[in-house]
Amino acid sequence: MQIYLPIAELPVDILVLLGMSVAVGFISGMFGVGGGFLMTPLLIFVGIPPAIAVATEASQIAASSMTGSIVYWRKRALDVKLGCVLLAGGLVGTWLGVSFFNQMRRIGQLETIIVLSYVTLLGTIGALMLVESLGAVLTARKGDKKPVKKAGRHAWYEGLPFKMRFHRSGLYVSVLPLLALSTFIGFAGAVLGIGGGFILVPALIYIFRVPTAVVVGTSLFQILFTMIATTVLHAYTNQSVDVVLALMLIVGGVFGAQFGAQAGASLRGDYFRLLLALLIFGVGLRFAFDIVAKPRDPFSVTSTETMRTETLR
Amino acid sequence: MARQLAVALWLCGLSPAVAEDLIVTLSSEKVAITQKFGGADIALFGAIGRDAATVARSAGYDVVVTVKGPRGQVIVREKQQAGPVWLNLDQRKYIAIPSFIAILSNRPLADICDAEVRNKLRIGIDPLVPAQGDRTRSADPDEPDFRNALIRLRKAQKLFLEQSGVVRFLSPNLFQTEIRIPGTAPLGHYDIEVAVFAEGVQLTKGTLGFQVIKEGIEHRITDMAYQHGLLYGLMTALIAIAIGWLATVIFRRE
Repeated sequence: MQIYLPIAELPVDILVLLGMSVAVGFISGMFGVGGGFLMTPLLIFVGIPPAIAVATEASQIAASSMTGSIVYWRKRALDVKLGCVLLAGGLVGTWLGVSFFNQMRRIGQLETIIVLSYVTLLGTIGALMLVESLGAVLTARKGDKKPVKKAGRHAWYEGLPFKMRFHRSGLYVSVLPLLALSTFIGFAGAVLGIGGGFILVPALIYIFRVPTAVVVGTSLFQILFTMIATTVLHAYTNQSVDVVLALMLIVGGVFGAQFGAQAGASLRGDYFRLLLALLIFGVGLRFAFDIVAKPRDPFSVTSTETMRTETLR
Repeated sequence: MARQLAVALWLCGLSPAVAEDLIVTLSSEKVAITQKFGGADIALFGAIGRDAATVARSAGYDVVVTVKGPRGQVIVREKQQAGPVWLNLDQRKYIAIPSFIAILSNRPLADICDAEVRNKLRIGIDPLVPAQGDRTRSADPDEPDFRNALIRLRKAQKLFLEQSGVVRFLSPNLFQTEIRIPGTAPLGHYDIEVAVFAEGVQLTKGTLGFQVIKEGIEHRITDMAYQHGLLYGLMTALIAIAIGWLATVIFRRE
């Protein structure tokens, strides 16, 4: 069954898109990630122009993080103050990201940037998580006790000024590294069509030692607002948000996530992280293959903006 | 009426060789893209008129229908190996290339007239995609590769096509063909040129056109996205968070 996407200006199979979004929603519900790093590449693979895939996916992440934020809010597992500080950086990052995105699109290198960034980001994060979770699985199997990290160890960022106290997280840190991290995630989110939860959550746990109880809720809170900003900014500055596509992704994603969450509840923590690491690393590899392998056709054709503006008259 | 007749007589008198005239018509002058758009067909009918003074042509007529979509700039990029990766490192720019080209004829173009005539009359895909490339390079030996790639890729996307045997003669003077507009066809004004040949010489031609437009909700969505981008973005975000919230209500487990 075909449906015509008004902004992408091409017909797509409605069942394929819904199937994809349910599947990605399932995975995202299972692992508590937004799923943008899976959905955006999939959309590009099925022929949606990268710019439209990135911009439209932001609205889907906004929807799924809305669901998540409410759930964690009800459980009181959300540090609003920390979330707001992260959000401030996230919004700056989003604005920078959208500007960069428009600039790259103008000079015709957007696609290369998206692919290269996916390889670097997913490859690095995936490899780090893989090593960490493999270690955890192996030590758990040996029956060894995990070395408990002692609190009160001083890290490099603790000498920085502008310290702030976050009661819910039991944290007293400088806001500067938090802002730097969230600016980077906002930037990556706007350029790559990802929420960035898979970077933010480990970073908050391992670098800032935010308690795991509040980390997911807080991350979802920050992602919700940065993705709303990303959607609006993309729509406003480059007209790449396709509302018909967005609707299909949102509905499919929301349903998939519910079933995924149930499946995820029965999974053991260390295996859970290993699976997620494999998934992230796998998508990274798939992208790496795209640029390392000899292309089937070295040539590609792009119609530039002139035609679009001409046809609008 | 009398005046038109006089002009016609005068034309006949001046150029007795061009005695044929042509009337062409379309089944529709508008292709509307709607929610379920997956492509559309337009039927084209043509009648070749001939006055009593003109001798009947023994070989019969040939007809070539050229359909051209709105023109635009096209960039062709070539991936080259840079260390371990393949990157878009070389490119050529082509300006005013039709976004859609369909060449429909009753038999292969090569049989209708020779290449020189085709080039002069701009008949066929090849003459419609002029070699332009990068003008700063005086001699550009790579340029033909890019131009060929452009034509090859557009053909693969079904946006450039050359079909013979699709113009059918219903009678010696009456012909009909179907123009297929794919779902990916760009929006805008399309030109149609119908050329009538006999024995390798163009006798007459006619032009007409049609529009590919968005209609109904499609039109309203695009309009909104381009005219009121901020509002459109806010609405999309609002839909997203509304559905996200709705999910927590529907699937609430206590």
